[in-house]
Amino acid sequence: MKLHLVSLNILPIVRKEFRQIKRDKRILSILLFIPALMLLMFGYALNFDVKHTSMAVYDEDRSSVSREFTEQFFISEYFTKVQTLESKAEINNLLDAEKARVVLVIPSSFTKDIQRGRAASVQVIVDGTNSNAAATVLGYINAIIQQYSVKVMTESFVRMGQQNITMPIDFEPRVWYNPELESAKFLVPGLIAFILMVTAVVSTALAIVRERELGTMEQLMVSPIKPIELILGKTIPYTIISLFATVTILFLGSILFDVSIKGSIFLLSLVTFIFFIGSLGMGLLISTMVETQQLAFMIAAIVSMLPTFILSGFVFPIRNMPIIIQGITYLLPARYFLVALRAIILKGAGLSAFWDQALILTIYAVIMIGISSLRMRKILA
Amino acid sequence: MKLWKGHKEQLDGKAPMDNDCAVVAEELTKKFGKFIAVDHVSFKVKRGEIFGFLGPNGAGKSTTIRMLCGLFSPTEGSAHVGGFDVATQPDEIKSRIGYMSQKFSLYEDLTVEQNINFYGGIYGLEGARLEERKHWVIEMAGLAGKESMLAHTLSGGWRQRLALGCSILHEPPILFLDEPTGGVDPVSRRKFWDLIYDLSHRGVTIFVTTHYMDEAEHCHTIGLIYTGKLIALGSPTELKHSLDRYSVFEVQCSNTVDAMELLRGQAWAAETSIFGSAFHISTLNVSDAEKKIQGILTNEKIAVSRIEKIIPSLEDVFIQRIAEEDARKNGARN
Ligand SMILES: Nc1ncnc2c1ncn2[C@@H]1O[C@H](COP(=O)(O)OP(=O)(O)O)[C@@H](O)[C@H]1O
Ligand SMILES: [Mg+2]
Repeated sequence: MKLHLVSLNILPIVRKEFRQIKRDKRILSILLFIPALMLLMFGYALNFDVKHTSMAVYDEDRSSVSREFTEQFFISEYFTKVQTLESKAEINNLLDAEKARVVLVIPSSFTKDIQRGRAASVQVIVDGTNSNAAATVLGYINAIIQQYSVKVMTESFVRMGQQNITMPIDFEPRVWYNPELESAKFLVPGLIAFILMVTAVVSTALAIVRERELGTMEQLMVSPIKPIELILGKTIPYTIISLFATVTILFLGSILFDVSIKGSIFLLSLVTFIFFIGSLGMGLLISTMVETQQLAFMIAAIVSMLPTFILSGFVFPIRNMPIIIQGITYLLPARYFLVALRAIILKGAGLSAFWDQALILTIYAVIMIGISSLRMRKILA
Repeated sequence: MKLWKGHKEQLDGKAPMDNDCAVVAEELTKKFGKFIAVDHVSFKVKRGEIFGFLGPNGAGKSTTIRMLCGLFSPTEGSAHVGGFDVATQPDEIKSRIGYMSQKFSLYEDLTVEQNINFYGGIYGLEGARLEERKHWVIEMAGLAGKESMLAHTLSGGWRQRLALGCSILHEPPILFLDEPTGGVDPVSRRKFWDLIYDLSHRGVTIFVTTHYMDEAEHCHTIGLIYTGKLIALGSPTELKHSLDRYSVFEVQCSNTVDAMELLRGQAWAAETSIFGSAFHISTLNVSDAEKKIQGILTNEKIAVSRIEKIIPSLEDVFIQRIAEEDARKNGARN
């Protein structure tokens, strides 16, 4: 005996959907290979880490102390020496021609100041065209200078006869949660959000609008298939594929970039699921509003892919955006999802650290599914 | 071959009312905003008959069929399909009807067999029953050997028969076909009608829309719909006899257009229409019509090669009815 209350006829739709996905190599490659490709691309090629920055030195002091100081920059892999300047006038040309991104200017009083125990000042000129990179470079410079200062201080203490002094503070250049400032660690959560958004919103909207456009939807509507069966049957395949893509990203992230999940897998799955449901709702909603696949794709891309890519904090830090744009980011579920994901994956945080983000995502999911099923019912019934 | 199972179930008396009629429409009306697409249409379709719903493009055929299938709810009036009310019992209706929409709804990127499996699946067919029905459909549509071809590689006739097959996998006792032969070659059309007859012999009620006159002749009952109104209803013979008070002539002459223009001015000429290389003229209350026509045309130096009194065709009936309807509407406006 079949239990008619709980028996839903979704298997034929799921099977058919998988067949069509398999047939359409484009969809499959978008869903499975693009995330991996993006991870590699962003992780390696478009590395946000700033290494081997070209640096020129204008040393007015020309002493052994200033040379020792300068060397500090080039023993790290962050800077490469391109030129030693003879006059101040050369600086402008050098920067304009992009022969160097950073110029270190050491005043003639440098050695004197250090030996007298006064604060020695150096000037650093950074090409600010790429503000993110510039900020990172300044961070490195600051760290290297601090480190050197400590060394000088320690040496002077030693010279003054105090033995066995311990470092008061460890001045290692340090960035929280992402100690080597590795972009991959930020990218993995971002890519997960991005790929979920794309599969959920774009694929769902397209999969349903395609049936409407081809007229097969009408055939389904005169069949005994219920709206809920149709929606589940249509979304389950994409859910499975996005899960697969998510696991792929996590796996690649861990073997290629050493991004391991610090926090709980359960929380990760939970937050991801909530976010995914909200995105599905968005995809369904779009599918109820447009008639053609072309329009569905455009709208889905505009409301999902672009903002997730540009505004969620995936690539560009939100705090660097103009205030109005920052305001808009509050409307994006991906923004909250990213905060939660980064908290779980990078910081190993528990629910208490991001319960507010999870709550907003839940509310968003409930609203989206609510509105879209109301509209679906109107269209399908 | 086997009995049509669905039909037997239907005869078992599950349907609550009017056991002779598979479809009953009463004052069925659909408005889109202010526009009336279907205007107070009433008809009955008897069990097991082929009901042809005929009308030009935009007449309201698809809208009517969609209301009967539960895709649109009627703005006014009511309709019962298999005894169930389309407005309140769409779920009961859905499992008892087959529907083939105007664009045959196949998945082009799936194979013949996958299409059948899918449509069988959504009607809950599985296992041996699905295999049996699949076999039947493939035989019926002449698709043996083509099971693993993609649907989009099939030519019009095959696709149309496959679409028909997919819509009757679950052996529905009532079948709705919306312009099933649109854009299909004449040989395939012929074959398709053979299938429709075959289904009809098995007891399936068939409601088919078309704008081909010759197809209307194949139907047991015809409804003519024009600008949303049902303007003729009856068997082909009844409809032709409805023109008995007119005499219809087929005229072959050297200048058809001028000849029609000339004759239209005569008080006794009811209607003229092009028919192949000739034209038809229906006349009312006039004796010696043949001689009069001959005289008028010869006077104007139009060479008449043939005048023949004919039994009116359905087309003559429809042209007559449409003209009457237009006249009525203009009269109402003036
Ligand atoms: N969903 C709709 N919204 C508005 N007008 C419609 C809709 N569907 C059909 N119509 C209009 O109703 C009229 C009848 O259409 P239809 O029933 O498709 O005609 P047919 O099938 O006889 O060619 C047409 O003028 C058409 O434009
Ligand atoms: Mg139509």
